[in-house]
Amino acid sequence: MTLTADRPADRPADRPAAGAATAGRPAKVRRRGRSSPLASVLAHGTLIAASLVALFPVLYIAYISLGPDDNDYLHPAKIFDKMTFANYGKVMGDTGFFTWFGNSAIVAGGTTLVGVLIAASTGYAVSRMRFPGYRQLMWTLLVTQMFPIAVLIVPMYYILSNLGLLDSYSGLIMVYSATTVPYCAWLLKGYFDTIPMEIDEAGRVDGLSPIGTFWRLILPLARPGLAVAAFYSFLTAWGEVAYASTFMLSSDKYTLAVGLSSFVSEHDHQWQLMAATSVLIAIPAAVVFYLVQRHLVTGLTAGAAKS
Amino acid sequence: MAVAVAQRIRLSYSKYWYAYAMIAPVVIVLGVLVGYPLVRGVYLTLTNATSLNVGRQIGVNHIPDSFDFVGLDNYADVLWGPTAYDRFWSHFIWTVAWTAICVVLHYGIGLGLALLLNRKMRGRGLYRLVLILPWAVPTFVTVFSWRLMLADGGAVNGLLGLLHLPEPGWLSDPLAQKAAAILVNTWVGVPFMMISLLGGLQSIPQELYEAAEMDGASAWQRFRHVTMPGLRTVSSTVVLLGVIWTFNQFAVIFLLFGSGAPDAQILVTWAYRLGFGQQPSDYAQSATYGILLLSILIVFTGFYRRWLARNEKANG
Repeated sequence: MTLTADRPADRPADRPAAGAATAGRPAKVRRRGRSSPLASVLAHGTLIAASLVALFPVLYIAYISLGPDDNDYLHPAKIFDKMTFANYGKVMGDTGFFTWFGNSAIVAGGTTLVGVLIAASTGYAVSRMRFPGYRQLMWTLLVTQMFPIAVLIVPMYYILSNLGLLDSYSGLIMVYSATTVPYCAWLLKGYFDTIPMEIDEAGRVDGLSPIGTFWRLILPLARPGLAVAAFYSFLTAWGEVAYASTFMLSSDKYTLAVGLSSFVSEHDHQWQLMAATSVLIAIPAAVVFYLVQRHLVTGLTAGAAKS
Repeated sequence: MAVAVAQRIRLSYSKYWYAYAMIAPVVIVLGVLVGYPLVRGVYLTLTNATSLNVGRQIGVNHIPDSFDFVGLDNYADVLWGPTAYDRFWSHFIWTVAWTAICVVLHYGIGLGLALLLNRKMRGRGLYRLVLILPWAVPTFVTVFSWRLMLADGGAVNGLLGLLHLPEPGWLSDPLAQKAAAILVNTWVGVPFMMISLLGGLQSIPQELYEAAEMDGASAWQRFRHVTMPGLRTVSSTVVLLGVIWTFNQFAVIFLLFGSGAPDAQILVTWAYRLGFGQQPSDYAQSATYGILLLSILIVFTGFYRRWLARNEKANG
């Protein structure tokens, strides 16, 4: 129910329409958005089909994870008669699952916190202040998006090794932050641009420093934008494989993603265990997603529409 | 007068000071982890570094670098060396096609769904929730699931078999591999486009539609002359990001095919393979690919922005 009842901010466009339609229009004219039965059936049909396509791979892997044998994925129909949660028990009991889960939580949580914080302060600076170097900074943020990440891995490895940060949480958090911050800063700049300057001025008049204004007035107002940035940072860090498998060397530092991919080689293709782990990894991501999804449209709109 | 000037200077100083303090963390992190590797990458492209001659630590012994400076040889070799077509140009063509097809599909499907979701209808919130879901699933979980579904005898071919359609070897046949990669990447990328465009649609003032309707504009005309111009800013941003992200889309192809599928590799995964996925690793060539990729995107962005600016002017 909470899903359909959008917050007013989610659809400012609908309100005037509702008023206008009831007020002074002949009843014959269909209101925009309320269309003929055929169009409505087609729309629902398309959306249902799209929803199935969106949902199916997720449900499929959840279903496969219930099959006890390692070649069950070849005969999905047979799983139906012997469904069991044994794979989950095995993954949680016999592997480093909880260690990996903890590592992922630390790294993804740290990336979200550090990344969003420094992206927000950058976004605020470029939204409010025209300092020398402003253009270069915006350009750098865009170019950073373009740099093929795969190619950075080798030099990054040497830098982390020189800094003594290989196999450490802070090293991986730094690397992830470097990949998420440019987009987040861009997005948040767009969001800050929609917050009236008068609020900053009022804060300054009341004796707050620019950083105080940012921290006490602007950040609380920017919650939808921050939610989207946090969502993006968390997901990037939570599901990343290439960096994590290169920079985290000992198995007690593996993240879930790396631990998961080790199943294929170590446990010679135990797909059903991989499927169970996949589901277990997807759950926290789904929780974060559910928490922020109400903000997604508002947060992204400002970022995309204004930058 | 003098006081005002002094105040302005003080104000601008304090402004700049705070601005620099606030961007410092980003500049430092990006400088260390992106800027320095970039410089080092450019330097590597001018050498013949491989994993055999790069300095390394074996136990307590440090073996120093022993590679040589070769100037622009790497670029020459990649771009017009003896097997340049098989290594670079064939992958380049596929990468461009891959980017174009994926972004068109992302944008087209995303816009279609956004238009549907922008209507007043029952269950809109639920549809939206389900349709964003692919975005929330970590990529490697997605790709792993698709791998099982696309395998011989998997769900996709099962469905095609039921419909008496041909069942291609999605993970083994070169052409089918490409189709599979595009399919999976489309599934992954549509939600972002859809949500961004939905946001854009909601920011178009409703009055414009009513005015157009009053003037007797058909649905198509309203779409063409109200919706599309209203989406212009959002579209230009998401298309640019979409192109950059798809061009550099590493995870989907890397995880879907691993080290197999030489034909379906795009330039990024190919560069990674040269630098990390083979023995001996060819760091210099890998870095050369990296710099070439970056240059291609910078040139593209430059043209794209100029094109946008010209369009903006043409449309007033």
